[in-house]
Amino acid sequence: MSNFFPRWANWLPLQLLVCGLIVGAPITLGIWYYFTPKYTRVGYQPDQPVPFSHALHVKQLGMDCRYCHSFVEVAGHSNLPTTQTCINCHGEGKILPNSPRLAPVRESWKTGQPIPWVQIHRLPDYAHFNHAVHVNRGVSCYSCHGAVNEMSVVYEAESLSMKWCLDCHRAPENFLRPPSEIYNMSWHPDSAAQQREMGMKFKEEWKVNPPVSCGGCHH
Amino acid sequence: MSALSNTTTPGVAAAAEAGAPDLSAIARPPQVLNNRGPLWVTDAVCSIVEGKTPLWWYAAISVSGAFAAMGGACILYMIATGVGVWGSNSPVFWAWDITNFIFWVSMAHAGSLISALLFLTRQKWSISISRSAEAMTVFAIICAGVYPAIHIGRVWFVWFLFPVPNSYGMWPNFSSPLLWDVFAVTSYLTVSSLFWFAGMIPDLAVLRDRATTKIRKFAYGIVSLGWLGTARQWRHFEMMYVLLAGLTSVLVVTVTTIVASDCATSVVPGWHATIFPFYFMVGAVYSGSAAVLTLLIPLRLIYPQLKDLITPSHLEKVGKLLLMMGSCVAYVYVFELFTAWYSANPFERGAFLERLTGGYSWAYWTCISINLTVPQLFWFKGIRTCLPIVFVLAILANVGMWFERFVIVTTTLTRDFLPSSWGEFHPTIVDILTATGTLGIFFTLFLLFIRFVPIVNMSELKAALPGTQPHGASDHSTQEAR
Repeated sequence: MSNFFPRWANWLPLQLLVCGLIVGAPITLGIWYYFTPKYTRVGYQPDQPVPFSHALHVKQLGMDCRYCHSFVEVAGHSNLPTTQTCINCHGEGKILPNSPRLAPVRESWKTGQPIPWVQIHRLPDYAHFNHAVHVNRGVSCYSCHGAVNEMSVVYEAESLSMKWCLDCHRAPENFLRPPSEIYNMSWHPDSAAQQREMGMKFKEEWKVNPPVSCGGCHH
Repeated sequence: MSALSNTTTPGVAAAAEAGAPDLSAIARPPQVLNNRGPLWVTDAVCSIVEGKTPLWWYAAISVSGAFAAMGGACILYMIATGVGVWGSNSPVFWAWDITNFIFWVSMAHAGSLISALLFLTRQKWSISISRSAEAMTVFAIICAGVYPAIHIGRVWFVWFLFPVPNSYGMWPNFSSPLLWDVFAVTSYLTVSSLFWFAGMIPDLAVLRDRATTKIRKFAYGIVSLGWLGTARQWRHFEMMYVLLAGLTSVLVVTVTTIVASDCATSVVPGWHATIFPFYFMVGAVYSGSAAVLTLLIPLRLIYPQLKDLITPSHLEKVGKLLLMMGSCVAYVYVFELFTAWYSANPFERGAFLERLTGGYSWAYWTCISINLTVPQLFWFKGIRTCLPIVFVLAILANVGMWFERFVIVTTTLTRDFLPSSWGEFHPTIVDILTATGTLGIFFTLFLLFIRFVPIVNMSELKAALPGTQPHGASDHSTQEAR
């Protein structure tokens, strides 16, 4: 039987390879970009029951993070403020007592039901994160939550992926700050080199040795 | 391989032509018996593929296929349920999974050694058996490859084994031999498959040219990759074949060494020994030679035309390889016991005392009694040329080697430094059916190989026939034929 493969069949493998690359490359790159937390999580900005503006309270009025998130230094969990905390300033006869935008706060104060804030930064249940350990060893709120003092509505600024955690756990000197600037959301190091030098010093002095084994966070 | 087969020194050829010395005393046995010519070789090999499918083939593949399917079902059940369906436990985290993995991956080595190393050293006796030995290699690696992925328990995390950039920022531990294993076995599978397939291209083209139906023409046309047999193609082909043979020969050594390191780099008494790479290497070639004999002897019976191609002399040489490697294995057995005693380490001594007298000593003594005696029988020419006996001995050798893997991997783990963490291992039905499933996969693939692929390297063998070398003799037998 004579050969029945036409001449163009010689090019078929190469053509298939090129087609495979043309189809495969965008799929790979697309998954790489669109299926990772950098794309799926960053920028998440849900509507909150009360239009509380961090930009107003922190940047303009100069309130400290710890006035509302009062347990961050002593507990693993950084608490949301109770309605009592709001009422300290917005109670009867104080600031904006009758603002319609504060109606859910007054309602909560009257009924005792907490304000249903929508959680933004959410770690999986199998990942353990301790706020106190981090803020007491030179990790600023800013490193994970971004420039909250600029946000009128809070959004997720970082991906919170495991790689993102490990980037700091593997090289904490790139992020450690002086203890006085932990809650200063507008502080920035002079230069990367200065940050590194300072970070190395803190890492040495405070014996910062973040775990990079599985058991460090997945207890 | 026509150009490469021309190994005669000019002196010998000149002397022979002068008619002076009689070389018949030192003549090498012919590669093909009964003065068969090239056409006969082609017809004999192709007839196996081109003839009607024999009834025994259907019977055999339904049995092996059933075992393979059973193994597949067990694997699915294991994945759906969890590794608890196996007998593996704490402290025996590695049991039949790794035992069988090492058993299969080791068996693969003789195939590569016979085809690649003996090709590089111009040993012509390996030509007629190299194709089936390589097939055995590839299929054994596939059987071995069943285990590493599923033994991790959560199969969907198998990509953790490979350095894939990911949003977990997670990388394999590059200082672990378990990772080297991943690279070693995958590259071994890739290179040995390529080596096997590349060597087949000229022979597949022969089948394409002889095809009588459109389907065969099309199928063999695709797999022969447009081979025309031009001088230019042969030049490229031979260069590629030498390079792949070199690469394969190196991989034979590295893969077993790395598999041995899985055990040797741990601190477990009974594993932590520098002799392990050598130990696994010789054991691998020993078991692989036995496997080659196990496969080829029945094949010659079923297809009598192969008797002129796969000659008793060829099989005897495999037997000698088995003898040499088996003796090395025996040396390691003795030396291991000596090291344990000489180390004066109570844990090391305890581990070997446990092997000799403990609950699993029956497995140790099965392994020892087979592997110390079976290869030594090959000293006798009467035994190593009597094929029925060789067949039985070869099967025994593989049984012995399986028990060796079992003793090393599984029973060692039942004893730890702390008596509180001692344990036992008992295989479950899922363990057993998965193991027989790999046997089923192996034989199914081998049966498909017999039916659809030329099982003897025709092109290389024809080049080694008397009188096929244009520039003189290829070896002494050629002189006789003239």
